[in-house]
Amino acid sequence: MTDERLKQVSTLRRAMIRPELGAICGTILVFVFFFMIAGDSGMFSPEGVQNWGVVSAQFAIIAVGACLLMIAGEFDLSVGSMIGFAGVVIAILSVHMGWPVWLSIIAAFVVCVALGALNGFLVIKTGLPSFIVTLAFLYILRGLTIWLSILTTRQTIIGGVKEAAEGDPLAFLFGGVIFKDLFQWFADLGLLDTFTRGSRAGQPVVEGLPMLMVWALALVIFGHWLLTKTRFGNWIFASGGDAQAARYVGVPVNRVKILMFMFTAFCATVFATCQVMEFGSAAADRGLLKEFEAIICVVIGGALLTGGYGSVIGAALGALIFGVVQQGLFFAGAESSLFRVFLGGILILAVIMNTYIRRMITGER
Amino acid sequence: MSTPLIEMNNIEKHFGPVIALGGVSFDVMEGECHCLLGDNGAGKSTFIKTMSGVHKPTKGTMKVSGKEITFDSPRDAMENGIATVYQDLAMIPLMSVTRNFWMGREPRKSFGPFKWIDFDHANSVTLNEMARMGINLREPEQAVGTLSGGERQTVAIARAVYFGAKVLILDEPTSALGVRQTSNVLATIDRVRKSGIGVIFITHNVRHAMAVGDRFTVLNRGQTHGTAKRGEIKPEELQDLMAGGQELAELEGSLGGTI
Repeated sequence: MTDERLKQVSTLRRAMIRPELGAICGTILVFVFFFMIAGDSGMFSPEGVQNWGVVSAQFAIIAVGACLLMIAGEFDLSVGSMIGFAGVVIAILSVHMGWPVWLSIIAAFVVCVALGALNGFLVIKTGLPSFIVTLAFLYILRGLTIWLSILTTRQTIIGGVKEAAEGDPLAFLFGGVIFKDLFQWFADLGLLDTFTRGSRAGQPVVEGLPMLMVWALALVIFGHWLLTKTRFGNWIFASGGDAQAARYVGVPVNRVKILMFMFTAFCATVFATCQVMEFGSAAADRGLLKEFEAIICVVIGGALLTGGYGSVIGAALGALIFGVVQQGLFFAGAESSLFRVFLGGILILAVIMNTYIRRMITGER
Repeated sequence: MSTPLIEMNNIEKHFGPVIALGGVSFDVMEGECHCLLGDNGAGKSTFIKTMSGVHKPTKGTMKVSGKEITFDSPRDAMENGIATVYQDLAMIPLMSVTRNFWMGREPRKSFGPFKWIDFDHANSVTLNEMARMGINLREPEQAVGTLSGGERQTVAIARAVYFGAKVLILDEPTSALGVRQTSNVLATIDRVRKSGIGVIFITHNVRHAMAVGDRFTVLNRGQTHGTAKRGEIKPEELQDLMAGGQELAELEGSLGGTI
């Protein structure tokens, strides 16, 4: 009894109509736009690619966490404060208290993931919207970060991490660069420009693949696999789609949500650790507004703000758009304040398109 | 006569000072459709939530296949073969039919420490089970939101049957549906009953109940007003019992018997 009112769906349409379609179109649009206005500025040279690639990777790391959490039906507004907090914890422990850097990093992860669990626990137990609970933590963590930093070192910027991290095994995992030989080989073949003067003469202008990008790729692949292929991923969708219906069929909704808060905190700490290792310092004001930037990436990527629908690949493309626009306007020599105008425009366009696509897929009316 | 699949004896449920159920007895046999009728506020919801493990009874006993039992959670009831299809919480519309069908019991494949959902198996079972219920899906990955209300109920029923339900509790499955969809759901109930499953059909629509019911129990103000077999009672009498008085009869007269 096939319903004669249903049209057969073509393979093309099925391949096109997917949650990340809006983000794919946005990515193409942004690349075409910057090819036209900044194609000859060095934006698409190896250094240029590395420049916006690193920025996009940073956004991607926090967007993956925010994406899975949003699909599970919750928000975390404390991501930005968590980034500042984690960085300062690492710096205080390693520089001020003299702990080995690897131990400081582990300690920061443990503390932050525990804070993520506390966020989740409070949301579940009180039944308050996560918006309110994590907004409180946005202030609590930022305040604690500044206070701790001033209390121990009398300043809000703590340097000296680079020296302390010299030769540290775990520090390399966050601040290191891999495939140096491969990039040197590319340079020898003439595929990559080399420095012509100075102490690094003969070395390629792009040293290798930063661990930050490796983390971003690994988290995106892991997040996408977890969400679309595993049982736990199905529970993430279910928890955000309709928590009560999910409970009735035995999905452990509370556990799923708390784990997603912990994963978001984990991603924020990865971001913070990479940043501290890159700059060699921590500052109490790091990560400002990152929670909103993560949420923007996720929404551009096609996720539904109320949960139950979204895509990690979409969020990663959202992060790419974000990074390319932010750095691209700089390459194009445009006024940097225009970045926000541009971003707001893309946000609106992407969300309108995503809403339309989602209605086609889910039959919402 | 064989032992009932589920037997509820003198169930009472109090919420603080409110007595929601004041001694309700109910049972369902294999391959039988037992209709539970009642008006809004009669205690139908409380009663089925007790049966499906959401609430614990204040007093009274429950037996499953002759053995006394208490349920600590809905999961507990499910493991004992009692599946409930809730009116509006049956499905998550944003998710695909397959994802909904297997939710909480996803079949998995593994390689070393990695485990993932076996979507080939999940999709083909979903398609088959839906076809058995008389619904041919375009594709199992389509979102439940694209299905009609009757089809959604059918997915939920097919899911319960596939996962080995012995007793199927249907909470007002037809109340939000159109004529055509209602008859589809009633046909599904008939099909399920013939496969030997005990169906508990909760409704306030006498005509829907009469169409498929073998026995009828009326619940009013937290108490049962007796059970009647098919053929022993007329629709008008059931309607009167539900309303619990003469008022409705008079009203019905003035409306020309169309309630």
